[in-house]
Amino acid sequence: MRRGWFLPITAALGFSFLYAPIISMVVFSFNENNLVTVWSGFSTKWYGALLNDPQMLSAAWLSLHIAAISASIALVLGTLAAVALVRFRRFRGRTLFSGMVSAPMVMPDVITGLSLLLLFVAMEGALGWPAGRGMVTIIIAHSTFAMAYICVVVQSRLADFDRSVEEAAMDLGASPLRTFFDITLPIIAPALVSGWLLGFTLSLDDLVIASFVSGPGSSTLPMVIFSKVRLGVSPDVNALATIIIGIVAVGVVIATLLQLRNRPHKGRA
Amino acid sequence: MTTSHEPTYPPPRRLRPWNAVERGLAKVGISGKALVLIAPVAWLVIFFLVPLAVVFGISLATKQFGRPPYSPLLTTEEGTVQLTLHLNNYIRLFSDSLYVAAYLSSIRIAAIATLFTLLIGYPMAYAIARAPDPWRNVLLMLVVLPFFTSFLLRIYALTGFMRGNGLINQFLGLFGIEPLVMMQTDFAVYVGLIYSYLPFMILPLYTTLVKLDSSLIEASADLGSRPWQTFLSVTLPLSLPGILAGSLLVFIPAVGEFVIPALLGGPETLMIGRVLWDEFFSATNWPRAASVAVAMLAVVVVPIMLLQKAQGAVVEK
Repeated sequence: MRRGWFLPITAALGFSFLYAPIISMVVFSFNENNLVTVWSGFSTKWYGALLNDPQMLSAAWLSLHIAAISASIALVLGTLAAVALVRFRRFRGRTLFSGMVSAPMVMPDVITGLSLLLLFVAMEGALGWPAGRGMVTIIIAHSTFAMAYICVVVQSRLADFDRSVEEAAMDLGASPLRTFFDITLPIIAPALVSGWLLGFTLSLDDLVIASFVSGPGSSTLPMVIFSKVRLGVSPDVNALATIIIGIVAVGVVIATLLQLRNRPHKGRA
Repeated sequence: MTTSHEPTYPPPRRLRPWNAVERGLAKVGISGKALVLIAPVAWLVIFFLVPLAVVFGISLATKQFGRPPYSPLLTTEEGTVQLTLHLNNYIRLFSDSLYVAAYLSSIRIAAIATLFTLLIGYPMAYAIARAPDPWRNVLLMLVVLPFFTSFLLRIYALTGFMRGNGLINQFLGLFGIEPLVMMQTDFAVYVGLIYSYLPFMILPLYTTLVKLDSSLIEASADLGSRPWQTFLSVTLPLSLPGILAGSLLVFIPAVGEFVIPALLGGPETLMIGRVLWDEFFSATNWPRAASVAVAMLAVVVVPIMLLQKAQGAVVEK
């Protein structure tokens, strides 16, 4: 069908809207000048400044730790939830369960953050755990919402694949558990990889929830960035952003290629 | 190897541990289903449902000094348990014009931003759905990519764009146009919301548009419809589930947005997420913040339930 020039042009404009600010930030991270938007020469000094900022480095380290652990917890929980939703057509409380799984995805961050904080405080008062707030409470919070996203990714993969291979394994005498580990898991592995990466980046990205549930001395990278940005622009944030965007871009490209290569039917999204 | 004459062998030895595990669990009344469900259900009940109940409970407390900084709901006095509920947070919520104004302006800002996101996202999703096969995946990846790159840093990138001496004003300056004031205005908040949530709009729209049967569009054209008539009478109605899902995915988080009004908006940009943040962090009035959260939940709970339905309709073939 012909649509003439309207669609390509709006698409091009839309994509430039999405990418122009990011590209300009990357370009200006190599700017020598202190003024963020006045170009005065190529320099990598802001990257050097970043490496000499202990507060930034320790926050980055903490964030990477939290992201890796919470993505892993969320991967296990999200996969189990996806298996339950795709494979068990009917069970008591299915509607409530599917609602609970997907709600954290759209719940406004301020509500998630506040509600978890109040839970942790109440639990500490009643049970003595968690003692204080910090890395553990952030990991719990991030696992909860990353789980929702991972569940969606794994669900679509589980719904897609040919169940007859599972049935064949069971006919040949494999138990359901063994079938899951030997047949199902390898088939959904690409979805697991991209789900984990998604959970990892979501955790690395979160400012609001972490601000609520963190304690003194456990400032994550977004919290440090936010306090810097609030005070005004700083060129080293440009450098940091470029590094993060570079890592994420490579990760997303790899995840997309993996998913494309392992997709059984072409052209299905 | 033919399967028809195959005698039935017992399962190989190395299969047995799993069978034994399952038999053992079945003996104590745990089925495979329960085994799969128990961890996610327990996690979500403890860390999603219970916290919402706790918020509701604490919204009925009142601020006091100490740890924790709110009054207890249950107290024991001379052997009897007393339940003390305070409604003053809610009364304040409805009587103080600041809160009412913040609610209304959050809903208004989120609704307008959703509308513009739809207007920009729809043609983009349509163009991607109609693109030839290898391109389609590349374009989709380009939509998803910004969504993965830090939300906070993308908002920061926008501030560099819209600042007084930012790129837009430098560009306008080339034509001798006076610099525009964009930062710290509602305009900047709208741009920020559209910019951040555009991928959420495009993806469900794309999913419905790519499944659209193109023979329907051809039939409509063959019967003499102009392209825009075909669009209004065929394409648009068939993509309604995607429109609904995308709009809700933008509207719900936008209502409670904090980062965008905090970094891009001015002091007069009232949004409820920001009010909640300030009640909690600046005023340290936890019960008041909890009551703001409950009221915000009341605004988003219907859209969230609608979204569940709409997403089901998008995914179904």
